Amino acid sequence: MQKLINWVDERLPIVDAWNKHLGKYYAPKNFNMWYFFGSLAMLVLVNQLITGIWLTMSYNPSAEGAFASVEYIMRDVQWGWLLRYLHSTGASAFFVVVYLHMFRGLMYGSYQKPRELIWIFGMLIYLVLMAEAFMGYLLPWGQMSYWGAQVIVNLFGAIPVIGDDLSLWIRGDYLISGITLNRFFALHVVALPIVLLGLVVLHILALHEVGSNNPDGIDIKKNKDENGVPKDGIPFHPYYTVHDLLGVAVFFFIFFVVVFFFPEMGGLFLEKPNFEPANNLKTPEHIAPVWYFTPFYAMLRAVTVDLFGLDAKFWGVVVMGAAIAILFVLPWLDRSPVRSIRYKGWMSKLALAIFAVSFVILGYLGIVPATAGRTAAAQILTTLYFLYFILMPFYTRWEKTKPVPERVTG
Amino acid sequence: MRKLIFGLVLVLLPAVGLAAGGAVTLDTMNPDHTNKASLQRGAALFTNYCMGCHSMEYARYKRVAEDLEIPAELFEENLIFTDAKIGELMQNAMNKDMAASWFGAPPPDLTLVSRVRGESWVYSYLRGFYKDDSRPLGVNNAVFDLVGMPHVMVELQGLCAVRPSIGMNASVEPLSGNINNQDACPEYAIEGSMSGPEFDRAMWDLTNFLSYMGDPVKVERERLGIFVLIFVAIFFIFAYLLNREYWKDVH
Repeated sequence: MQKLINWVDERLPIVDAWNKHLGKYYAPKNFNMWYFFGSLAMLVLVNQLITGIWLTMSYNPSAEGAFASVEYIMRDVQWGWLLRYLHSTGASAFFVVVYLHMFRGLMYGSYQKPRELIWIFGMLIYLVLMAEAFMGYLLPWGQMSYWGAQVIVNLFGAIPVIGDDLSLWIRGDYLISGITLNRFFALHVVALPIVLLGLVVLHILALHEVGSNNPDGIDIKKNKDENGVPKDGIPFHPYYTVHDLLGVAVFFFIFFVVVFFFPEMGGLFLEKPNFEPANNLKTPEHIAPVWYFTPFYAMLRAVTVDLFGLDAKFWGVVVMGAAIAILFVLPWLDRSPVRSIRYKGWMSKLALAIFAVSFVILGYLGIVPATAGRTAAAQILTTLYFLYFILMPFYTRWEKTKPVPERVTG
Repeated sequence: MRKLIFGLVLVLLPAVGLAAGGAVTLDTMNPDHTNKASLQRGAALFTNYCMGCHSMEYARYKRVAEDLEIPAELFEENLIFTDAKIGELMQNAMNKDMAASWFGAPPPDLTLVSRVRGESWVYSYLRGFYKDDSRPLGVNNAVFDLVGMPHVMVELQGLCAVRPSIGMNASVEPLSGNINNQDACPEYAIEGSMSGPEFDRAMWDLTNFLSYMGDPVKVERERLGIFVLIFVAIFFIFAYLLNREYWKDVH
């Protein structure tokens, strides 16, 4: 065995790679449960890739055959129902773990210098993931697939001058059709997964270059022993590999409860109208995107005034785009001398709490039909969402921070 | 951190209350896919009364026969009315274009109706027909206003003279399996062969069958799920012990 390893290592630096990324990658020893979600996102990604490959073997990407082929998978393909529920539940689980992973970053300032690139690669992953989920959702060719895609693609039509041509170019037809389904299929199973995997590699390479942050936001490389090993660091393997197994077990338990007992999750993971084949003559009475898009959908609907001679819908799209775009510049908005929320002042804590609550309630408002009161609520919450970022350069500088300890605090 | 989580929960609580609410009051129907006798009766009702117009084009006869423990020969003789082989999809011969001109819309495929509408809706709908001379077919429905479908089971239920009151909860008597449900119809224009409770029982069976058709793997899925969860729980114990062993030397 050792001989084989040596033989390969002389030709390909596998020992080096192993040490750099696992065996001698020193991670802070004070990770808490918020640090499970990165590895869990990898786990879900693998689940999506594997179940996706097998689903592709029986799926028929045509307007005539797509819906029936999904039911064929559910009824006639051996273990097809399991593959499909693993994939559909996995899509939602992906967003659950990614949202928690991002919240961890916000809490402990993991985006701050020198981790700006990690954050930006992460945001790109999030963006590609949204595109991937959106295109995947059209594939079952149910009513909500169809009308959801119709609504979202039409958003591009709100852009002045080029809008209509742009949405026509995306659809490849005057309305969502088999042409759109085919190209979404190609993008969903080939193009976007390749981009996604590339970004994941970049995200991790950038992380391993500068090292992991921790709940105290301390740079562990400042305190090294005589061998150059950080005093508060432990090798990722075996310490965090066995530790992450615990996270995997807990995650799988919850995940499989959903897969085996509540695959529709009360209409949140699989929406009821999607059990009816797409029909371009029959609009569902209430079109709602899947839960992971609803905060942004609520923001879109919250904009109701025409401005500068442009439609409210256009400004809604702008607000929605800005809500995601502003996350990219986060590393340069935070002016705090400390990273972790533990040592920031009360203003940062309050701002983060308001931000998180606004995001969750916006998510709820994006699911339910709009009323005057709900739209007003969405307007206030959208404002709060943006204030978190816009005011950040000010409150992070003004507030009094606590002294950061020299060594990590367990 | 704990304060933050507590704060989040506190602020979110009002949102949970808003989630309640609904449109039409329905009878509550909780299906039971383990009740094979009920599913068999439901299958007989479906093939006899519904399938002339409504297909089940995503499902196969054979799967139904196997899941419902009906011998293949018996199934072919009594429950397949076309010349379809038992391995084929449950389609029918109705021409969709012509059906659209007869009824206003072609009768929808019913494989997944229980997942689109929900079992309670289906059960309420089946019990909701009543006499309405202003409609082209002489009937209307308490759940689906201006429905284009005739009351197919008029020979069983009879025809209710007034709009029946839907929205009283059906409950299954645990020992006999009978459905306790107040008769929704106070007065019949045409008498049927079944009594009120008998018809309710039949519609419960039919709804149960439609529910099974929408999600045929449910019983097997939940059975397997238990084993999977037990496996994960045991895996957790070993992962926990392994983790504790390694982390002993981290201080």
